[in-house]
Amino acid sequence: MLCDQCRERDAVVHLTQIIEAEVTQLHLCEKCAAAKGIETTVAMPKHPLGDFLHAVQQQASPAAGDQVRCAYCQTSLRDFRASGRLGCAQCYTAFEGALRELLRRVHGAARHRGREYEAPAADNAASELEQLRERLQQAVAAEEFELAATLRDQIRSFE
Amino acid sequence: MTLDLSLLPDGGMPWITASGPHADIVLSSRVRLARNLSGIPFSPRAGDAERLRVLELVREAATGTTLLSGAVLLRVDALTANERHLLHERHLVSRELAELGAPTARSGSAVLVGDEAALMVNEEDHLRLQVFRSGFDIGGAWERAALLERELGERLPLAYHHEFGFLTSCPTNVGTGLRASVLVHLPGLVLTQEIGKVLTGLQQMGLTYRGLYGEGSEVVGNFFQISNQTTLGRTEDELCDHLARVVAHVISRETEARRVLSRDAGYIIEDKLWRAYGTLRYARNLGADEAMNLLSGVRLAVGMYLIGGLSVYTLNKLLVFSQAAHLSLAEGRPLTEIEANLARARYVRGVLAVEAGEA
Repeated sequence: MLCDQCRERDAVVHLTQIIEAEVTQLHLCEKCAAAKGIETTVAMPKHPLGDFLHAVQQQASPAAGDQVRCAYCQTSLRDFRASGRLGCAQCYTAFEGALRELLRRVHGAARHRGREYEAPAADNAASELEQLRERLQQAVAAEEFELAATLRDQIRSFE
Repeated sequence: MTLDLSLLPDGGMPWITASGPHADIVLSSRVRLARNLSGIPFSPRAGDAERLRVLELVREAATGTTLLSGAVLLRVDALTANERHLLHERHLVSRELAELGAPTARSGSAVLVGDEAALMVNEEDHLRLQVFRSGFDIGGAWERAALLERELGERLPLAYHHEFGFLTSCPTNVGTGLRASVLVHLPGLVLTQEIGKVLTGLQQMGLTYRGLYGEGSEVVGNFFQISNQTTLGRTEDELCDHLARVVAHVISRETEARRVLSRDAGYIIEDKLWRAYGTLRYARNLGADEAMNLLSGVRLAVGMYLIGGLSVYTLNKLLVFSQAAHLSLAEGRPLTEIEANLARARYVRGVLAVEAGEA
């Protein structure tokens, strides 16, 4: 759809206006919307997450970045770059340095100041070990031997 | 599984009653908290068995909580696409959890619906609990959400990091995992062309706005969802208080804009809004966006005391029940767009006739 104003660029802002007796739908491009003083989400600076991920790509050689992998869920920094999603809680430890920088850019802070939390008294180490064993069984069943080897090492370090 | 909506307390929409403060301008206040269980990969990365385990653990823990002990469990992964869409229209499940358009939903995805709170399971985070309140009541929503979160956290080991706080699938939610939002109707600011300045101001104050259905949804019918942008580095109270302060200011700006409109353009506005009402009363073919815009006009008229005898509750109901998946359920079959437009006009006419005492 073309911009109602300039008829040149694609309309990206869709505004419903009621002026006097008319309800009008205004479809504007980013530039004409800005000229009318309408702030849009598209006109906002690019999302810091995207900026950061781009910066990571620039800095690290692709091979070095790709090698960083969460030992628990096998998510790599490359997977994170592609999806913007981490795979598990342990990823926060695996990518700690990079994340601290990202969080500072996204939130303007890298330290939690909200409610503190302590997990219920159940034996956490035991339950984590149990989880690891379960994942090992699944990995073996799925013939994911590389993952299985990593998990076995983790279980050993626990025991 | 067939979706039996009669099982849901208040249809899962405690906000629809319009009983809260400033309900003509603020439809609802919501606090959402994102949490994950420790030791299990986040839902998108987890396997089928792990997601089902999460669901089982959460279901069991929820029975011991004040807000969800009698909750209804809806297995989203067992619903049809239309039923999932319908829950999305009620703000009970997110776009992602509903997997709109997909033939099936993610295995283990579910929503627990209680009187005051709802809990999405296996969205991008294991738990997304949310509390909706009618009108402008962020404090009330936060207080109830905090209670539910504490009770769940005592029963389930949550993923927490001493430095980063509560851990989430997307780093934009980490820390408090809290998103507080209000759904506001700002036709006065749009009509007086003040809205651009207000929205720019929101962004400068670390808040963000979206359409009626949150992330990725367009602004239609002058409905804006305003929420906090960041979740880390501030306490939950600070995040909620900041949003509440800014929204209180937005409400006063909207009220002022309405006063200016009725002072400077009284008869034009009155005519315009009655025309919107007339169209809704008698139209035979109503598009979704058109209906939303006309309902916005009538809502403004009710707020400015130009149209009497029509409650904000009815307007809230019209807003939800005139949407595609609701019409399709009422008609008992999938509808084409044209059929939905005809059904929408029929439904709205019927409701307004009853309200006018003509049915």
